[in-house]
Amino acid sequence: MPLLEISSLKKSFRGPDGLQLIVDVPRLELAEKAQIALAGESGSGKTTLLHLIAGILAPDGGSIKLNGGELATLSEGERDRMRAQNIGYIFQTFNLLPGYTCLENVLLGMSFGPGTDRAFAEQLLRRVGLGDRLHHYPRQLSTGQQQRVAVARALANRPKLVLADEPTGNLDHANAREALKLIREACCENGAALLLVSHDRDTLAGFESVVQLADINLAARRIAA
Amino acid sequence: MTLPLVVRKSLRHHALSTAITALSIGLAGALLMSIWVIKTQSHETFTNFDGGFDAVVGARSSKLQLVLNAIFHLEASPANIEWKDYASLTNHPGVEFAVPIAMGDNYRGFRIVGTLPDMLTRSEYAEGKRFRVRSPGRVFDIALREAVVGSFVAQKLGLKRGDKFHPYHGLNFNEEHQHEEEYVVVGILEPSNTPADRVIWIPLEGVQKMTGHAVEAAQQISAVLVRLRNPIAGQMLDMQLNRKDTRLTFAWPIGTVMSDLLSKISWFDRVLALVAYLVAVVAAGSILASIYNSMNERRRQIAVLRALGARRTFVSASIVLEAIAIAAIGTVLAFVVYAAITFGAASVIQAQTGVVIDAWRFHPVMLWAPLGLIALAALAGLVPAMKAYRVDVAENLAPSQ
Repeated sequence: MPLLEISSLKKSFRGPDGLQLIVDVPRLELAEKAQIALAGESGSGKTTLLHLIAGILAPDGGSIKLNGGELATLSEGERDRMRAQNIGYIFQTFNLLPGYTCLENVLLGMSFGPGTDRAFAEQLLRRVGLGDRLHHYPRQLSTGQQQRVAVARALANRPKLVLADEPTGNLDHANAREALKLIREACCENGAALLLVSHDRDTLAGFESVVQLADINLAARRIAA
Repeated sequence: MTLPLVVRKSLRHHALSTAITALSIGLAGALLMSIWVIKTQSHETFTNFDGGFDAVVGARSSKLQLVLNAIFHLEASPANIEWKDYASLTNHPGVEFAVPIAMGDNYRGFRIVGTLPDMLTRSEYAEGKRFRVRSPGRVFDIALREAVVGSFVAQKLGLKRGDKFHPYHGLNFNEEHQHEEEYVVVGILEPSNTPADRVIWIPLEGVQKMTGHAVEAAQQISAVLVRLRNPIAGQMLDMQLNRKDTRLTFAWPIGTVMSDLLSKISWFDRVLALVAYLVAVVAAGSILASIYNSMNERRRQIAVLRALGARRTFVSASIVLEAIAIAAIGTVLAFVVYAAITFGAASVIQAQTGVVIDAWRFHPVMLWAPLGLIALAALAGLVPAMKAYRVDVAENLAPSQ
């Protein structure tokens, strides 16, 4: 049984030109511990798809099964709980909370799910090379270091699935390569599957499995046309 | 653990607005508490204190003026009455005990009251409490120019046993109106926390026969303080002196006279209370405004927390809790400001009237004002909390979106 199983997933938004279908994915699967990259240009519905999988957005129709459980029919509160317990999210802009130290940011990542485990949070930060920056604030870190904190935070709740939305988009080439390596290794070590979306060729090049979003998202195809 | 952490971080992040709003809550709480405590305690003192007497007899005037003058040593004496009035009162079957007083002089602004030693040795200013002269010291001899000084006067003027002074004519201090007579301090009263602490006590004849006073004053007194055997005696004297006689006024019962005054000026208390309530509402409004105005800046953080799995109720609760925390800090400040206001007001009241306000004596306002302000703040926090509840996570996760 795949870890993630999407079928007939649809999501529309009301825009100036009326209702616009942004996501129309007939089928997508992701096995446990697998790592897939979704390639797509801006506006192709990448972020919306990730938000749907994470339960941040509710779909208009279709099915999203995570670990056998149906997400699409869950209430918002149930989706919040599911996200807190099963999903780690890495954002392009890191989204670290500026008033919180590195350790506190990572602890927050686990507090809504399995509960805080300070030793594990410290272990994750050491793993991403920030063992000596536990009590530093994001503003005191370089961009690359901030992304590493974001990686540690995404893994803090021991997720089954990590969603990464353009995780290297804000990094220079060297940092991007290093960050990607770290994300993939850390997911492997923690037994988490990885679904990464990017439009950057260098980022996508490292993946054995790259899916063009336009191939699975019928809406993206229509938008492009 | 997460909720307190989020609240603490937010308070720290918005330190300036937290401090200002907490201070406004502090001022509101302090104002509420000090108004109620000062009002309650001063009412209690003014209506319960009678100096150990039931009534005051003086020249025809208002009862209030008599009581303020003879018991609280505040007003001027309306006029003098004859010694024979005192003598007839002492022989009245309903009178247990009567003490004459004569006023009209001061020493450096503090009132000099001529009386008999009974005033200091026999009367009970409160249940079971009599005036006590500090050791070594004694009550004045009626045949000598001796004085017993109230504790507040002694402290303010630095008077001690053996010191000599010349009285000044009138109730207000004027250096040009010094009397020739010289008095020696033979005793200092222990503090009684009553208006007596602000008085210099000398023999009755000393005031009556002071040089410069009118000759007829030698046979006159300002008022008579009366302790009755029973309330029926009060009704008898009321009939006799207030209704049949036109020369005298019988102010009885003393507490009722004072409560009549206080009820007449109760509108002032209500205005003060209204002001305090308004300040409290404005303070709660400032919490609402400061959090509400920062909501735009908070949207991103709320979205991130939600993306990490926080529920809508969590982010709303964190906002309400933040408002409560600001109010809680404010109430701590309120007690500090309250102490400053009340101690300041208490020393002014004591200096002016001799009435002592005990700032730390428990009053229910010390409980309901802080709790009320916290409840009001929680209510104010509900508005931005509702806004936090409605924050769209997807829209606010990325700055560019």
